Amino acid sequence: MVATQYKPEQILEWLSQVPDPEIPVLTITDLGIVRDVDCSDGVTVSLTPTYSGCPATEAIEASVAATLQEHGVDDVRIKRVLSPPWTTDWISTAGREKLKVYGIAPPERRDRPIACPRCDSGNTELVSEFGSTACKAAYRCADCLEPFEYFKCL
Amino acid sequence: MSADATLAAYATRLGDNALILGQRMIELVAASPELEEELANANFSLDYIGQARMYYTYAGEREGAGRDEDDFAFLRPEHDYRNLLLVEQPNGHFGDSTVRQFLFESWYVLVLDALTRCSDEGISVIAARAIKEVRYHLRHSGQWLVRLGDGTEESHARVQASLDDLWRFTGEMFAPDDVDDDIRAAFNGPHLEVIEAQWRENVAAVLAKATLTMPEDQWMAAGGKQGQHSEHFGFLLAEMQHLQRAYPGASW
Repeated sequence: MVATQYKPEQILEWLSQVPDPEIPVLTITDLGIVRDVDCSDGVTVSLTPTYSGCPATEAIEASVAATLQEHGVDDVRIKRVLSPPWTTDWISTAGREKLKVYGIAPPERRDRPIACPRCDSGNTELVSEFGSTACKAAYRCADCLEPFEYFKCL
Repeated sequence: MSADATLAAYATRLGDNALILGQRMIELVAASPELEEELANANFSLDYIGQARMYYTYAGEREGAGRDEDDFAFLRPEHDYRNLLLVEQPNGHFGDSTVRQFLFESWYVLVLDALTRCSDEGISVIAARAIKEVRYHLRHSGQWLVRLGDGTEESHARVQASLDDLWRFTGEMFAPDDVDDDIRAAFNGPHLEVIEAQWRENVAAVLAKATLTMPEDQWMAAGGKQGQHSEHFGFLLAEMQHLQRAYPGASW
């Protein structure tokens, strides 16, 4: 039997359907954690963890393997790559837009104001540096008064 | 010591610091003074335990005896742990925990910075990942130290007492032993004397802001890096290892 040869573009297309378990509006390709797809011998997907202790890492690896298996790819290997470390700069432009529509302010450089994802006002205040997950902080808009989450810059 | 043995020993030591401090911070969950601290401690603890997993996995690879991260974390006796005495000290009151975090993180961030230039890639990639998290932890513990030191008369007095009490555990961080010497000589590891000078400068700057007095030079406790721990350590392990000891191989 001859093993099917897959194209990396095809694999990436399938991977772009895999949601992040903690922020399901983002896919793992939006998040920028898919480092490499190698189809030379079976399919090897290189993924990078976001935070060291991110509890979603294993769940993401399992859903990558499951998604590819659903598409008939039997020989899937997952490689965990630590270097270079992931930063929020790896989040795609589409990913940033999706975060904003979902109500989470996308990461900003430290010298820039955090804009309210609902009314775009920069007049916002930090409520807590810590939110529902390691990657988010709690903010409040001083103009429209809505509380919102901010995806911290890492 | 062979190169593999040195790297395994050093990675185990880094893993032990991260795991034991992570365990201490987990103990604060549901006991924090306010909700923000509750979330902060849970998040920071997760970071440390995640770092420990990376260090242990790498130590296991270098050692080549088939041990995985869980074997390192849950199935070693007390004297096999090589963490600093500072990280195993009990949480005490909030000032005690804050000072412990601050003194350790001020050191750890400098060690990690040096380790990003270590010639062993296994260690340097973990350091590059971890330093991003620890900078953030240090900012947090430093801010609290300033708030408590420059707070009320009561908070100032109590946090100064915490500082005086925990200072004796800081000497060990800068006293190199064989493993420290080997990692420095063979892999361009941290130069602990240089780190001590930077650490004193950084710590002094925050203490000044916090209106706290740096303790005088004094007798320093040591032994953690050689497996001689303080009286608190056995209790910590008993709780942390209970499940794996009672139900070997248990998983979910």
